[in-house]
Amino acid sequence: MTTTRRRLSVFAALGVAAALVAGCSSSTGAQGDSSGASSATSAESSAPSSAASSSSSAGEASSASDSATASAPSLAPGAAQFAYLSQTENTTISTILTSLSTTQCTDAQAAAPLSVTNSPGATFDQKLQLLGGQDALPQAFMAPGTPSLMKQLISSGKVVDVGAQLESMGLSDQILPAAASTLNALYGTTSIHALPTEFNIEGIWYNKKIFADNGIAVPATWDDLTSAATKLEAAGIQPMAASGKDGWPITRLIGDYIFRSLGPDALQKVADGQAKLTDPDYVKAADAIGELGKAGGFGKAVSSVDYNIAMNLFLSGKAAMFYMGSWALGNFNDPKQNTIGVDNIGFMPFPAVAGGAGSVDQVPANAGVPLVLGAKNYGANQQAWLKCIANDYGDAVFKDQGVISGFKTTNATSDSPVTKIVQDTIASATSSVLWFEALFSAKGTNVSQQNAAQLANGSITGAKFMQLVQAANAG
Amino acid sequence: MNAVLGNKKAIALLLGPALLVYTLVMLVPIFWSFGYTFQSGSPLAGFHWVGLTNFRTFFDDPTAWAAVRFTIKYAVVLTAGQILAGYGLALLYVFFLRRASGLIRTLVFFPIILPTVAVALLFQQIFASVPMEGPVNTILQGVGIDPIDWFGHPATAFWVIIVMDIWRSMGFYAVLLYAGLVDIPEEIIESARLDGAARWSLVRSIVIPLSFPVLISTVIFSINGTLKVFDSVLALTGGGPGTTTSPLTLYMFQTSFSYGDYGYGSTIALVLTILCLVVTVAILRTNRREGRGA
Repeated sequence: MTTTRRRLSVFAALGVAAALVAGCSSSTGAQGDSSGASSATSAESSAPSSAASSSSSAGEASSASDSATASAPSLAPGAAQFAYLSQTENTTISTILTSLSTTQCTDAQAAAPLSVTNSPGATFDQKLQLLGGQDALPQAFMAPGTPSLMKQLISSGKVVDVGAQLESMGLSDQILPAAASTLNALYGTTSIHALPTEFNIEGIWYNKKIFADNGIAVPATWDDLTSAATKLEAAGIQPMAASGKDGWPITRLIGDYIFRSLGPDALQKVADGQAKLTDPDYVKAADAIGELGKAGGFGKAVSSVDYNIAMNLFLSGKAAMFYMGSWALGNFNDPKQNTIGVDNIGFMPFPAVAGGAGSVDQVPANAGVPLVLGAKNYGANQQAWLKCIANDYGDAVFKDQGVISGFKTTNATSDSPVTKIVQDTIASATSSVLWFEALFSAKGTNVSQQNAAQLANGSITGAKFMQLVQAANAG
Repeated sequence: MNAVLGNKKAIALLLGPALLVYTLVMLVPIFWSFGYTFQSGSPLAGFHWVGLTNFRTFFDDPTAWAAVRFTIKYAVVLTAGQILAGYGLALLYVFFLRRASGLIRTLVFFPIILPTVAVALLFQQIFASVPMEGPVNTILQGVGIDPIDWFGHPATAFWVIIVMDIWRSMGFYAVLLYAGLVDIPEEIIESARLDGAARWSLVRSIVIPLSFPVLISTVIFSINGTLKVFDSVLALTGGGPGTTTSPLTLYMFQTSFSYGDYGYGSTIALVLTILCLVVTVAILRTNRREGRGA
């Protein structure tokens, strides 16, 4: 009996011990930059004044650098370092920041050297939450995966209003308007609090050759798509590749269906409590995806398919369609992975739903994992980094990694037809929508993605799925 | 020696460091965690007192009850499976293999020393259906049965977990029960044989009653271990599909550390503690009554 109790308590203790350990490691970090600690409040309070001064002198100070130098004296220097906390899995941002630190950002680097620390993605939000609770967030970090946590960070003043900062430096136009509006919609802000180190659009990629061979025109409506799927299925080709293990590639379809049938504000209404996912119109979306899956639209054993298998199914020509974000351009452009050829890949927006309130011009978009600046110890040193990132990140990341960011680029052209499709779509996009779970709680997101595969293989109905997600969101 | 241990100061000095460490890493977190059961919030937003709300949430939470049901079902089925397999093996060692059982015992015991994650990966491949059919599905196809998406449905996923855990642990329980069987005096078995007890009646009337105390300890051991299952489920199915194979431990972990809801997570932990206590006390009670009856 005592062993039972003891064992259980070990478990409970482990949890809290983990929290304590995280706390210890972060508090040493806080001690490290205690030199700038006293200036934290002054940095925050001076930010609006610097914005005011630069706007008043906007007439004289026409160039960005002038206004930056003009506002610099009013801003405390801030921490003498630029510590960046990254998810271990994502090396893009840290690679680009490191390379910028030796090229365009040498001045910022001299005043506040960059240091990168990594933390596993699975527990990253937890780490940010604990660091935030101890007021020990680093100067820069990747935004939490859960938008609701980011909203908490914003409302508690833990992160810098980078929109206002860029405005004060006259650099607002360095952020693409589409990217800024996506970030604002996601976090419910009017001024961006995160930097769009990626800007992705999502839609359905299709294999042109398979479509041509089977006499299929690019589906314009959802009904076209399901009849195309039936045709492909009959021809022995898997209609669509999707990772049921991750879940989100399937729930994205539900979200897009909702945006097309009920309009771009449909999920905002759910977040505001004006509508429920269990309402018949919403359930219809889940049923539509469930029926596609039940008819074999996602192939067999969709629940065991992971991201890489799904990617491979499409890029080896075994599946005709693939719902994916433009972050996959790297895979598409890699001839080793892509055996069907770049020219063979077409892109179509998520099709319209007959009689729906949405339109295919509303592009599903996201800013990947944006970069956030910590408000504590933010000062001129960090502002210098911000300026340099705003000016040079976009070109650097496109040149190095082929990633399309939400920063303005001056020299980002590509020979790849798929990259060009994405760039053109972004340039011509009139409005964007988020994704199914964007406004959900962490639990709602998790439950939605965990149950997606069951919906797609017919184990549960659309009504049951929506009921589970609605309950998880409410709880 | 008596002089030293009779001295209160010496006792304090000897116990002090261990007690201090124990208090810091065990008692403080336990009470801390207990305090969280009445609170809601996050490290970022701060915690506030909510009284019994978390407990009310638990009673209204279908996922939590599904987790309780899964936990109990898993514990019962796996305990039965583990002990039956283990007992069968132990009988095999003692009565059939006898002195030659050393090698077999080592081989059957082997899986218990493998890391759970490695075993889970192994079973994921054995029961795989994409990108290639695993051995199990290949055999099914060979005998003309359609391949099954083992991890795609709650019922099949449950049995894969059970099969894996029985395979993993039966060697351990076999050794545990073997020790009990070896203790049965050879003369009793010999005389029973002379009295004409055949194989099954020998097992039923002599071996099982005489190894009953060991069996009971094994049941307690197994129930407690299986009620707290975490790693094998997490590594094999991640609680999926959906949350249909999530035991309470996994639900507690996710609630606390994925959803950041420490208050409700602690509540689930407390319920699990109570569940373990109730089961253990119940088994001990039954055992004591049996002991008096015998």
